[in-house]
Amino acid sequence: MKEQLQQIKEEALAAIGGAESGSALERIRVAYLGKKGSLTAVLRGMGALSADQRPVIGQIANRVRAEIEQALSDRGTALADKEQNDRLSAEKLDVTMPGADIPKGGAHPLYQVEREMSDIFTSMGFDVADGPEVELDYYNFQALNIPENHPARDTQDTFYITDRILLRSQTSPVQVRTMERQRPPIRVISPGRVYRSDALDATHSPVFHQMEGLVVDKGITMGDLKGMLETFARHMFGQSTRIRFRPHHFPFTEPSAEVDVSCFVCGGKGCRLCKGEGWIEILGAGMVHPNVLRGCDIDPEVYSGFAFGLGIERVTMTKYGIDDIRLLYENDKRFLAQF
Amino acid sequence: MDLSREWLSEFVDVADIPSPEYCDRMTDTGSKVEGCRSLAGDIVNIVIGRIIKKEQHPDADRLSVCRIDAGKSEPVQIITSAQNVYEGAVVPVCLEGAVLPDGTRIKATKFRGLPSYGMMCSFAELGLSEHEMPGADPNGILLLDQVLPGPFPIGEDVCTYLGLRNDVVEFEITPNRPDCLSVIGLARETGASFGRKVHYHTPVVHGAGDDDRVSNYLDVTVQSPLCARYSARVVRNVKIQPSPLWLRMRLFASGVRPINNIVDITNYVMLEYGQPMHAFDYTCLSGSKITVAEAAEGEVFRSLDDVDHVLSAGMLTIRDAEKPVALAGVMGGANSEILDTTKTVVFESACFDGASVRVTSRALGMRTESSGRFEKGLDCENTVGALQRACELVELLGAGEVVEGMIDVYPTPKETVRVPLEVERINRFLGVQLSESYMREVLESLDFTFDGNDVIVPSFRDDVRCMNDIAEEIIRIYGYNKIEATPFTGKVKPGILTPAQKYRRALGELLVSFGLYESCTFSFMSAKNYDKIRLHPEDQRRRSVVIANPLGEDTSVMRTTLLPSLLDCLARNYNRHGTPTGLFEIARVYLPKKPDQLPDEPQRVAIAFYGEGDFYRMKGMVERIAAHAGVRGVKYTACTDQPTYHPGRCALVSGADGTPIGVFGQLHPAAAGNFGFTGEVYAAELDFEALLSLSDFEKHFVPLPRFPALTRDFAFVCDEAIEVGKIEQLIARAGGKTVEQIRLFDLYRGAQIGEGKKSAAFSVTLRASDRTLTDEEADRTAGKICELLERELGATLRN
Repeated sequence: MKEQLQQIKEEALAAIGGAESGSALERIRVAYLGKKGSLTAVLRGMGALSADQRPVIGQIANRVRAEIEQALSDRGTALADKEQNDRLSAEKLDVTMPGADIPKGGAHPLYQVEREMSDIFTSMGFDVADGPEVELDYYNFQALNIPENHPARDTQDTFYITDRILLRSQTSPVQVRTMERQRPPIRVISPGRVYRSDALDATHSPVFHQMEGLVVDKGITMGDLKGMLETFARHMFGQSTRIRFRPHHFPFTEPSAEVDVSCFVCGGKGCRLCKGEGWIEILGAGMVHPNVLRGCDIDPEVYSGFAFGLGIERVTMTKYGIDDIRLLYENDKRFLAQF
Repeated sequence: MDLSREWLSEFVDVADIPSPEYCDRMTDTGSKVEGCRSLAGDIVNIVIGRIIKKEQHPDADRLSVCRIDAGKSEPVQIITSAQNVYEGAVVPVCLEGAVLPDGTRIKATKFRGLPSYGMMCSFAELGLSEHEMPGADPNGILLLDQVLPGPFPIGEDVCTYLGLRNDVVEFEITPNRPDCLSVIGLARETGASFGRKVHYHTPVVHGAGDDDRVSNYLDVTVQSPLCARYSARVVRNVKIQPSPLWLRMRLFASGVRPINNIVDITNYVMLEYGQPMHAFDYTCLSGSKITVAEAAEGEVFRSLDDVDHVLSAGMLTIRDAEKPVALAGVMGGANSEILDTTKTVVFESACFDGASVRVTSRALGMRTESSGRFEKGLDCENTVGALQRACELVELLGAGEVVEGMIDVYPTPKETVRVPLEVERINRFLGVQLSESYMREVLESLDFTFDGNDVIVPSFRDDVRCMNDIAEEIIRIYGYNKIEATPFTGKVKPGILTPAQKYRRALGELLVSFGLYESCTFSFMSAKNYDKIRLHPEDQRRRSVVIANPLGEDTSVMRTTLLPSLLDCLARNYNRHGTPTGLFEIARVYLPKKPDQLPDEPQRVAIAFYGEGDFYRMKGMVERIAAHAGVRGVKYTACTDQPTYHPGRCALVSGADGTPIGVFGQLHPAAAGNFGFTGEVYAAELDFEALLSLSDFEKHFVPLPRFPALTRDFAFVCDEAIEVGKIEQLIARAGGKTVEQIRLFDLYRGAQIGEGKKSAAFSVTLRASDRTLTDEEADRTAGKICELLERELGATLRN
């Protein structure tokens, strides 16, 4: 009987080793371990054995059974693995094929930059004010200390609707409207469209965007203006950015300055972007002129303030290295998709 | 303003400061330098030589062999084809290795076997013109001995000799500083910037020394307050001739063309003093009279450049007994121009009202060097000094005899302006700590004086009126960049965006998520665009705010709709690359009110796409926009009266209360064609303000459903004309509050259901919030739905 068991085992293991599918294995299991299986048959015949033989043969038979079961299980796992591997390799994809076309859109670069700037200023407690683009001469010029027939009007060739209504040539009128509406302390920025009668070319556009800033309070100093602009420049152009003031003239600020930031490409060493200067002119600023304050019924003996203005196109073009302002208004998808 | 450093050195010694350093410091103290150029440019190794011997080239008829003394140990042999040279001529000699202004490098070469070690050159090759070198042959070699008095230092650098080894600094002077449009003004700034003493010059005029008096020649009357001062002198026995080289070269350096001694003197003085001058030919002034008076309406005046101008009343003129002879501060008249035959000259040095000069010059389209200066407001204390300087130059140049006496009509002398020196306040205002003595020192260096604690503002500084102005004077010399940056303190408060600003941002983000690109287009456009989008002739949107002085017709009206500009951009994409593209813009439109009122500037949202998607993609976007803003009960109504759109594919969008939100649809093929499209284009224009007013951004939590839903599907066959929206309304009505969702999942037309019919298949989700719906309940509801649809619309269930 022992030999018989040994033989069953060898036959079964051989059959298992040769099985190539789950169903073949199942057939083998039935053939040996099933109710009518050959090992089952042997075990059934154990009753005929002597009492001292029975435990010995029983032990052997159980071992054979365990070995066959183990072999079935091992082979089953191996076959399942193989089956899965075959399926997976059949499912292989060309990963270099293009991805599905997920709709892509984008905000306009000008408005992305405007938003970035607004976010910096609102985080410093500035409100955002809007004002009319079709504006009264009074707000665009007179209230900003630029009387009629003043040569400063030449620097901003203006579109007129009537003698007293024009397209604002700067966002500065919002300063005045804000000061008329609100008492100090005032901390406000005003981004928006402005208009000058320059023909459209690579560097000029009759419509462009500015952002104006205004702070009025007791004890505001020119040092505060520098501090504010330095903070802005660092957040906008990078922590190592430095700023430089150059005296300039704006009728509505005194003292006035043009402000450069150190070139954020070369860090000030001089490169193509900054035309070798190391500095990029980015904004105009100054201490609010007492005439402007007085015109808004704010006493310049008590209050002082600063104002600044910068061109959003200029910042955008500098930031992204755009060399032609017209690209910003053509709205070619191939351009817009780059930002 | 172009400043010759050579000229500057007459007033202040900064010769030791290299130009780049000079320019940087001047910019830092407020005189912005735009550029700096050397008059000689890159010219190297061109010297003064004298032709010792000139012989015919043995093998060439047209060539001469010259031996030239160029200051070397040996004469230099140069072969030339120029015909105007002769033995003894003094010429500029380009030696071997010389570089011309155009970069040409001179090498030794051979002409027909004979070596030539350089060349002689013309004035053009030195970067000069016949104006700087009057009398020289423009086509020949520059014969220095013919045009200049000598003596000639043989072998010396010709550029040095001609005054071309000189840098010219180009300043951009802001309109508040007309005093800096002069050598003297910039010398003052230079002195203050570098802490150097400025040597001002007081002109000395000897005069003719006889009994002849200016009153024998001229009587001046000022009849208009627009002329604050009129000073004049007369020069007799004038000899018109070219000015000397040094004067010509100073004008040349300043970008002014030399003409003749008298005209050059007026220009020279204008550049040096900043005071425009005019010279009249005295014999052309009838009646020995000059009157400064406003023109009569319609009067005709012929200017120096021989153009006739029709004057308006109020334009200030200089007149003789009969006629205008000059437009005050703008240009002289052709009738009294200085000619080669002029014998007696009147020099005018006057002060005219800036605004008046500006209005006149603009109205007549005559912007001159003089008007550009006057309109900034000139110092009437400057007229006499300038006039004296002109007369001094006349004597220096031997251009004539200055008649004794001066006319100076100055009815109301200028008042002195005083500003208190508030040291503490200035320091506080600037955020610096400067001593009073330093402040005084700076102000004095700029020719401010003091009377006790008052700063006396010099007459040429009309821009200084208050503490801020004084503070600026001090800080610009001290250095803006020495101010320490400080963080300002104040009440802590958040920066706030208005609801409209917040919604503008959120809406932009939403539209981007649809795969659209944001556009930015001009606010003005052509009125023809209203035709391009086929607006009805009576459409309110055809009323625009019109620009009085547009750049052109295509940018002449402020838009009342965003569509045309956006469609232009879309068409540009279509033509350039043709790949499916969707754009949007959120911007203002300008809706006129009364003519003297500012227009309304509401924002609009425009969307346009081609290539991908259809009407329902656009509708989906509009629905999402409404849902995103929390606008409830939005109604979509078929719209056939918008000629911009396809009459069968256009919807009007409105709020539950009927508030119009906008219109969208397929662009009418004719409108699409107007922009160059051939396929279908979809567009929408929504009213941003309406969306905002209907919006509800409050979020309300609704518990997740606790009971399962049941679904019933229906396919209704009905007349083609019946709108799906109507069917949905009835399903909702019949189903009552258990109807959770109605979804159209199929629409079929075909022979099976018959002509003029359609089959609309809906999946209706039913759910009760308080119990599990039974199949029986759902079936009952389904029955009600079918019944109502049959009764109201004649719709039957499809078999």
